[in-house]
Amino acid sequence: MIQARLRKFLSAGPDSAAFTLDIDLQTSAGVTVLFGPSGAGKTLTLDCIAGFNKPAEGRIAIDDTVLFDAAAAINFTPQDRRCGYVFQNYALFPHMTLRQNLQFAAERLPRLERHRRVGEIMDRFQLNEVAGRKPHELSGGQKQRTSIARALLAAPRILLLDEPSIGLDIPLKAELYAAIRQVRADFGTPVLLVTHDLNECFELAEHMVVMCNGTIAQSGPPLKILDQPSTAEVAALLGAYNLLPVEIRTLDPGNKTSRVRFQEWDLAGPYLPGRFRGDRVTLYIRPDQLTATARDTKATSNAIPATLLRATELPNSVRLEFTNGLRVETPRGEFSKSSNNKDWTIHFPPEAIRVL
Amino acid sequence: MAIDWFPLWLSLRVAAISTLIAAIGGVVIAYLLANRRFRGKEAIDAAISLPLVLPPTVLGYYLLVLLGREGALGKLYESIFGQPLVFTWQAAVVAALLHSAPLLVKYARAALESVDHSYERAARTLGASEFKVFLRVTLPLVRKPILAAVALAFARSLGDFGITIMLAGNIPGRTQTVAVAIYDAVEAGKGDLARTLVIAISALALLILWLANKLEPHKS
Repeated sequence: MIQARLRKFLSAGPDSAAFTLDIDLQTSAGVTVLFGPSGAGKTLTLDCIAGFNKPAEGRIAIDDTVLFDAAAAINFTPQDRRCGYVFQNYALFPHMTLRQNLQFAAERLPRLERHRRVGEIMDRFQLNEVAGRKPHELSGGQKQRTSIARALLAAPRILLLDEPSIGLDIPLKAELYAAIRQVRADFGTPVLLVTHDLNECFELAEHMVVMCNGTIAQSGPPLKILDQPSTAEVAALLGAYNLLPVEIRTLDPGNKTSRVRFQEWDLAGPYLPGRFRGDRVTLYIRPDQLTATARDTKATSNAIPATLLRATELPNSVRLEFTNGLRVETPRGEFSKSSNNKDWTIHFPPEAIRVL
Repeated sequence: MAIDWFPLWLSLRVAAISTLIAAIGGVVIAYLLANRRFRGKEAIDAAISLPLVLPPTVLGYYLLVLLGREGALGKLYESIFGQPLVFTWQAAVVAALLHSAPLLVKYARAALESVDHSYERAARTLGASEFKVFLRVTLPLVRKPILAAVALAFARSLGDFGITIMLAGNIPGRTQTVAVAIYDAVEAGKGDLARTLVIAISALALLILWLANKLEPHKS
């Protein structure tokens, strides 16, 4: 259980604007992911928890141990906080071999135990064969595993990872995710990870915290956040949403339906609790929830006509962009049947319609 | 003509001792300047740099006031060691130290400030005390630029003239360092002696600077 209530104000510097961090983070999940754009305060939050940065106000506790409490003047040093930290550059000591790096972390253990624990963890992270190498002689994956193993040797209360996958290619990312799952399975250490990669959230997060401009915009399971972003800002951060300004025309709680108007077309949707007729709201829908078909003369309901502007091949689908700004992701097979077509019809499944 | 090599030998000994003191004290001061936040930090840095710009005679005057037989520190020294400090070879060490330590602090501070702090932070999260972080992580990371700074400090302590002559005087066979001996030789018209010492000290300084340059990290 991590509780971190933090307030910190950073005044404007020569190349940075003034910034206020104000968050109340609570999670007891195995893997919690802090997600947000650059400059949202994610790394600053990690640094405050690890003790590199002192918040102006607030309280940080892991389980029953209070690491920081501004009101009670408690401020543990990084040494006493026992927060494992995996840095973006891994921060393996360049003048030591892999084994010496691990031994450095084991020096707090009783002398007899050190050797055994270092050997054990090298086995578990498959580092035995390269134990004598210096960091610059290790592969990216080996550095990553050494960095995690080194942090775990100090028996941390929590493992903090600062954008560990930045700049990694796809196989290395898969290795990293495997290593993090191993931390959960073999050591039971809670993990708090910072990323701006949405796929990583889905890959790892049991609990996702969306940060924006120094505050927490939304938190919860990743699927739930993707399904129901709380604000237009969060929707934009999750990327790729179609956001349409609409007006609510009818609301029917009996049949649990509604009708909204986008430009000159009416669309049917589910009942929208807490809204009134005539409200102007933002409809949001993911590109993969829409379907596009070549236009025919048949009149169809819940669909609007559109002209194709551009089609982009993605690894698993095709992304269609239309002149009215709508984006649709469709399976490649569907698209290739009518790829020369200009005029399309875009279908809105009523159950997928949500408003902000 | 027989060359008296005593001045060169004395200069080397004085430079070695003063460099040892400057290396230990200077690196610690540089570490505090680079890593700690405290009031008046830049004022202290400026005061430490002052000997780099003040005329040597001014520095010599200050030291005479402080360390002379009537000076506070001078009396203290005399009561501990039973003899005055001024006009001894130990005074030449003090002169060389004042001449070279500021340079070492400047270079060492720059080197320590260039360290990627993630290494030190990582060591702290692993439970290493501040002393252990400094000794086992920070120092090894800046080994080369610090050694280069030490070499420069050594070369510079070989070359002091003004402070030495005011504080240690010019006693042949006791406090006469190379720089002072060359001045003395020129005054006395001993051209051969002056020439030999000049060439010897120049060659030595060049060798040390070349070594220091090899230690400095170069962008290729």
